[in-house]
Amino acid sequence: MSTVLDVQDLKVSFHTRNGVVRAVDGVSFKVEKGKTTGIVGESGSGKSVTCYSLLGLVPMPPGRIEGGSAKFGDVDLLKLSEKELQRIRGSRISMIFQDPMTSLNPWLRVGTQVAEPLRLHEGLSKSEAWKRAVEALREVGIPDPEKRIHQYPHEFSGGMRQRVMIAMALITRPELLIADEPTTALDVTIQKQVLDLIRDLQKRLGIAVVFITHDLAVVSEVCDYVNVMYAGRLVEASPVQELFARPRHAYTQALMRSIPALQRKGEPLYTIPGLPPDLANLPSGCAFRPRQTPERQALCLTDRQPPLVEVSPGHWAQDCPGCLIRD
Amino acid sequence: MLRFTLYRLAQALGVILVVFTITFFLIRLTPGDPFAGEKAMPPDVRRVMEERYGLNKPLITQYFTTLGSYLRGDFQPSMKYQGMWNVKIIKDAFPISLAIGSCALVIALGLGLPAGIIAAVKKNTWMDYGFMSLALIGICLPTFVMGPMLIMTFGLKWRVFNVAGWFEKTDWVLPSLTMGLIYAAYIARLTRGGMLEVLNQDFIRTARAKGVPGSRIVMVHALRGGLLPVVAFLGPALAGITTGSFIIEKIFNLPGLGQHFVSSVFNRDYSLILATVVLLATLLVVTNFLTDVLVAWLNPKVRLS
Ligand SMILES: Nc1ncnc2c1ncn2[C@@H]1O[C@H](COP(=O)(O)OP(=O)(O)O)[C@@H](O)[C@H]1O
Ligand SMILES: [Mg+2]
Repeated sequence: MSTVLDVQDLKVSFHTRNGVVRAVDGVSFKVEKGKTTGIVGESGSGKSVTCYSLLGLVPMPPGRIEGGSAKFGDVDLLKLSEKELQRIRGSRISMIFQDPMTSLNPWLRVGTQVAEPLRLHEGLSKSEAWKRAVEALREVGIPDPEKRIHQYPHEFSGGMRQRVMIAMALITRPELLIADEPTTALDVTIQKQVLDLIRDLQKRLGIAVVFITHDLAVVSEVCDYVNVMYAGRLVEASPVQELFARPRHAYTQALMRSIPALQRKGEPLYTIPGLPPDLANLPSGCAFRPRQTPERQALCLTDRQPPLVEVSPGHWAQDCPGCLIRD
Repeated sequence: MLRFTLYRLAQALGVILVVFTITFFLIRLTPGDPFAGEKAMPPDVRRVMEERYGLNKPLITQYFTTLGSYLRGDFQPSMKYQGMWNVKIIKDAFPISLAIGSCALVIALGLGLPAGIIAAVKKNTWMDYGFMSLALIGICLPTFVMGPMLIMTFGLKWRVFNVAGWFEKTDWVLPSLTMGLIYAAYIARLTRGGMLEVLNQDFIRTARAKGVPGSRIVMVHALRGGLLPVVAFLGPALAGITTGSFIIEKIFNLPGLGQHFVSSVFNRDYSLILATVVLLATLLVVTNFLTDVLVAWLNPKVRLS
């Protein structure tokens, strides 16, 4: 197995009027060829920023990459210039986004947008690129692509637009696809179709995928490996079956309890108590402590950040006495 | 599309008719009349004059007579400038205003668009602050300050242009510049606002994620949406720009059309007021229609419905 992307100790912060927001604070993970690596966590936990920083899409200022590395092939993405990143974006690493209704340009024909990566990165003529774009639309299951390619985004439904985004992202056959909550804004039935589509294409093209979501149920369907993110840090990382069989961190367990499908009928829905912490004002110890039950709170680290430890082969979790459940 | 065009045409004619009617009656409500000068006119002369222009007839008869001649394309003689036809007055003056207005428009777009785009792309840098400070000055400075300042600099100090008048080929420069700089200021601010709004949209992030270079993001992905406010502003403004400005024509002593809008009212020149107002209304209706077409062309959603 070969590693496509190796992120080590990534740190990204935003220097705002209200202080320094440590959006990503020492995150490390690897993405293997042909596998899907999930990043899961509540909204605001730093998932999107993690991925944007890899492609140089974090607005700077106020954003700043404080440290770390992201080895992609033989280059460190964090060290590249904007020009060099432009050559990688959309050709070797592609990205799809949460809201398909706003992620496509309403002023440009779908064909122009889907063909654009080919025109930019492979220098194809317009007619050749459009021909390939028709094929790409067909590949993602858009009926009548010869006609649809001349239309504008508002003539497509949400699910169809996300298919267009996927076609556009994969048209250059990238090595890595970053999907930032690609199904969050869709209806449940459409969600399933889009997930299946991403999984099928990934299998067929053998690409690596980073799949961001706040929904553990989705993780269980698409991911091979899961990173659980909380307040800008990883609290647990593990192969997907192992994680669902033996969640070790209190936060992961809380996330699992709040999956609606796993809850008993008639019982009130479980939600994690409290709110995610203010990233500009993190407690010095365990970030999950304020949301723990009182007796566990007493055990949590308060003086230093809990380090990640390997609790069983390939399964890592933050070593906080209040949050980590050992065998 | 044909139905739409016909509908818009009927609408336009309706608007012009309403403007015609309101203007016709409104000017008759104002005190005074075309023949009230410093010296009172002898009653016999006045009667002859009123007869000549049909002013002795009942108002409603005059209205329909006037409407009839407008429909035949006859815009009647001026009541103040004896022996002059309104058409001739407009024909002499309008090209001058049109020339100055067109040059002003080119200057306004040539300076305002790039300044606004650069300010938006380089938001919160010294370039942004610089251009926007200039634009603010341009908006705050009244024409009657900007004009004389240009005259003092280029006319009196450096002596490159005439201070006023309409004699030489270069006489259009200072009036056009005065008008153009002020419109440039508006356009720069509107462009910046429009571009900033578009550049913050999700689809710009998508374009960046595809590796689209910055220049192409601005020109291909953002410009169309970003220019909508400018188009919406310029369309209706175009009629005003091309028919001249009273103040600029006074400052530079130009025989343009702008002066007639004001002086005809002071003169109570009923027929010339009507002719100039109907011309302005027609231009407004036409530019508004062209704006709508342009907006529809820019916006695929409108185009289809
Ligand atoms: N442009 C920005 N300026 C300031 N703070 C930001 C900016 N973008 C993101 N953040 C902060 O970074 C944190 C992580 O955001 P994000 O990565 O979008 O979370 P999510 O896990 O929901 O994707 C949030 O607390 C957010 O407030
Ligand atoms: Mg997000």
